[in-house]
Amino acid sequence: MSAETLILTALLLPLAGALGIALAGRAPTLREGITLTTAVALFACVLQLLDPVLAGERPGLTLIEPLPGLPIAFRVEPLGMLFALVASGLWIVNSIYSIGYLRGNRERHQTRFYVCFALSLAATLAIAFAANLLTLFLFYEALTLVTYPLVTHSGTDKARRAGRTYLAILMGTSVLFLLPAIIYVWHIAGTTDFRAGGILPAEMDQGDLGVLLALFLFGTAKAALMPFHRWLPAAMVAPTPVSALLHAVAVVKAGVFTVVKVMVYVFGPERLAGATDWLIALAGFTILAASLVALSADNLKRRLAYSTVSQLSYVILAAALLAPLSLVAAALHIATHALGKITLFFAAGSIYTATHKTEVSQLDGIGRRMPWTMAAFGIGALSMIGLPPAAGFVSKWFLISGVMDQGHWLALGVILASTLISAAYLLPVLYRAFFRPLSAEALAHPHGEAPLPIVLALTLTAAGTLALFLFPGVPLELAQQMLVTQ
Amino acid sequence: MSLSAQLPALQVVLPLLSAPLAVLLRRGWLAFAVVTAAAWAAFAIAIGLWLQVDALPSNGVISYHIGSWAPPWGIEYRIDRLTSFVLVLVSGMAALVLPYSRASIAREIPQESHYLFYAMLGLCLAGLLGITITGDAFNVFVFLEISSLSAYVLIALGRDRRALAASYRYLIMGSIGATFIVIGIGFLYLMTGTLNLADMAARIGAIESSRPVLAALAFLTVGISLKLALFPLHQWLPNAYTYAPSAVTAFLAATATKVSVYVLIRFYFSVFGDSLVFHKLPLPQLMLWLSLLALFAASFIAIFQDNLKRLFAYSSVGQIGYITLGLSFDSVNGLTASIVHLFNHGIAKAAIFLLIGALVVGIARPGAAPPAPTFDRLAGLARRMPLTSFGIVIAGLSLIGVPGTAGFISKWYLVLAALEKGQLWLVGAILLSSLLAVAYVWRFVEAAYFQAPPPGRELKREAPLSLLIPAWVLVLASVWFGLDTSLTLGSAVEVAEGLVRHRP
Repeated sequence: MSAETLILTALLLPLAGALGIALAGRAPTLREGITLTTAVALFACVLQLLDPVLAGERPGLTLIEPLPGLPIAFRVEPLGMLFALVASGLWIVNSIYSIGYLRGNRERHQTRFYVCFALSLAATLAIAFAANLLTLFLFYEALTLVTYPLVTHSGTDKARRAGRTYLAILMGTSVLFLLPAIIYVWHIAGTTDFRAGGILPAEMDQGDLGVLLALFLFGTAKAALMPFHRWLPAAMVAPTPVSALLHAVAVVKAGVFTVVKVMVYVFGPERLAGATDWLIALAGFTILAASLVALSADNLKRRLAYSTVSQLSYVILAAALLAPLSLVAAALHIATHALGKITLFFAAGSIYTATHKTEVSQLDGIGRRMPWTMAAFGIGALSMIGLPPAAGFVSKWFLISGVMDQGHWLALGVILASTLISAAYLLPVLYRAFFRPLSAEALAHPHGEAPLPIVLALTLTAAGTLALFLFPGVPLELAQQMLVTQ
Repeated sequence: MSLSAQLPALQVVLPLLSAPLAVLLRRGWLAFAVVTAAAWAAFAIAIGLWLQVDALPSNGVISYHIGSWAPPWGIEYRIDRLTSFVLVLVSGMAALVLPYSRASIAREIPQESHYLFYAMLGLCLAGLLGITITGDAFNVFVFLEISSLSAYVLIALGRDRRALAASYRYLIMGSIGATFIVIGIGFLYLMTGTLNLADMAARIGAIESSRPVLAALAFLTVGISLKLALFPLHQWLPNAYTYAPSAVTAFLAATATKVSVYVLIRFYFSVFGDSLVFHKLPLPQLMLWLSLLALFAASFIAIFQDNLKRLFAYSSVGQIGYITLGLSFDSVNGLTASIVHLFNHGIAKAAIFLLIGALVVGIARPGAAPPAPTFDRLAGLARRMPLTSFGIVIAGLSLIGVPGTAGFISKWYLVLAALEKGQLWLVGAILLSSLLAVAYVWRFVEAAYFQAPPPGRELKREAPLSLLIPAWVLVLASVWFGLDTSLTLGSAVEVAEGLVRHRP
């Protein structure tokens, strides 16, 4: 297949999958089979694009032109390739996990769940491959809308309220800040294409540049930069597979991906020099503040959500430093955090399925009953903290190298402090699980590991987290290619 | 002369003749057949005229002389790109609403009045097409009265007794508006000695400072603003839309106010366009502030309505604010936004009102008359009527202006026009107001998708296909025109450039 066909196939496959799932609604096994098949086919399809991209090709595709000069177009570049690989690859594992989770918890409306999930993936891939800001915005909004039914899946009052927060923050910021930023770029640059080195005219003054950057940053609330982060903990009301793939990988990474992409391909790192000090400070604040909230959260998913908020700001911080090494770190962290965090969420969902426990304080001694789950949790935790032999170490290494390059000691302080805090909110979970005795209440309710698909999925991602530490070749190569100006 | 040369006359005459014919035939289904055939013929003619305009060089005009009396003495029908664009919208909407109306009015209007409904709809269509196509100022007034009087009757046909009061109120306010318009036209006739709009435009430059011309502009502005429901002259609209039969609401919402906007554009840009009159009165500023008021006040009121039809009626007042806001910029991009939004809002809002018509059929008890679509009756609607509910959501997204829908295109141009003016606060205001639309559309989403249906109403009971198909055609159109805009945006840009370019 030619590269154009591959792009089109990658975008249409999840849509076709969604249709198939909807039609097979009455037959659960067939429906799940279609989900898995689509996920595998999608990953295979995306994988085929890897070699051309690594070889320096940038295949593209233009669909239609809703506004004159502003087509809906796609172009695969290294950063998008990396994001697409992560999202589509983890969709396979997440589908296995979903089967176990939804069946184990006897969730309702499973067809709607799988359909929306497939649609979310289609939107995510379209974001990853978007060739201009208009296309990116189109699918950014689409992703908000198709994940809304997943967030409000349970249909309870709590879910409805969370849905309101989700929609109000994500849509409010994107309409109020991101859209005018995009139209402003179109107004002054006459294009919204992503080009290496940026597209903004040279005569633009530094003040306007700062305002525009702020509009982009606050408009991309999916990146959960404070003060627009509250939708993420609210979204935890969704079933855990949604929190795992969408609110640790696809949706939030779409946010930081947009930020990095805009900084590299719309502004260009050279143009931004000196304009990002406030951003470094704000990202640093978000990292520390979110870590502290995570430290005090007893609900496991809430703790993980705030950990995500803080980790997302690592990416923003790394990008805002503008050093080549830190930009590589930003791209790498999109991949490494994804693997680690999905493992942690898988573990949280596994505990919930087996025991219906949601609070950290209820987990005493659970490691003895659920060794696989808690071992995976441990690997994910190492990755979050940034210790070898987990993948998080690799991106943190580059990040710290970048910080030292720039001599930005404040940022270094933030990173070190947050490393300690993340150790402080993740390691006690492990301590409780493995070293505390089972509570009397737990002894009265014996249980074993979660269903097999769940254990399989979290073992796979934990293994992936380790593998990425040992073989970071492909993501690293893609991240470095991102900086090559043609 | 060949038939194709007579299309401009047939465009109006066919629907006009269908009305008395419907009255003579008297039988419901015969009247239906006649008026529907006329509407489809009008649609076909509008497309034919579109193709004829297409074949002309850029900014070309088809000029048709009624009774072969040459203008400026005789009445001239004048069709340019903008005319043709509005003709297609109006006749297309009639062609969709009529097939829908048969099943819809069967439940909403007593059997013996059906022929009256079709006759009045044919008449209203003829009036609206006439306003659009004519190049003669007095003719505009005559057709305006034809369309308005038939609209009053159509609204009064609603089953709810409050429809009569709503219709009466519309009659009073509409007549005041029409009087203002005729006074304005009178002044212009007095000063220029001509009723032909093109002729008037050529002569007005010489007397642009005279007081009667300024007075004419003021009278026309107020009169037309009443007709197009510019805030705060909109009071007739919410009740009229709420209590009229569903098919009537959908038709009027998509066409009547839009044709009034067309008349406003004609007078502002074609008649007064070449002169400096416009800048002697603070009209753009006035229009700007009233539009902003409409955006916020009307959309805000919409959020708190209990009746879904009323909610979307107020939303119409707000959305008209976007159209007039674009006009007030007095620039190519602003006018483009207005013209595109006139179309995009028309189809989205018609889709919603058609679907509400389907919805009241679904929530009615078997055999009983359809109740008002209040929110307590909408609980759990998505389970009973999935297609209807989902259609309202999609069309609602277009009202919000989500990318991928037609509403986004309008918003893009509106924001671009505001940026050009350097008015950053205005950009914020436009975008902030579109979030109010999220609030009212989401009220429906939460009621339909999250609340449990009342006991005994869990069963799926979708509306008949004759109601769903026309509505869904419009729903899909409001997505289609968000992605492929060569038709809508292409003509809007061409029109706007033509109208604004020869500005001093």
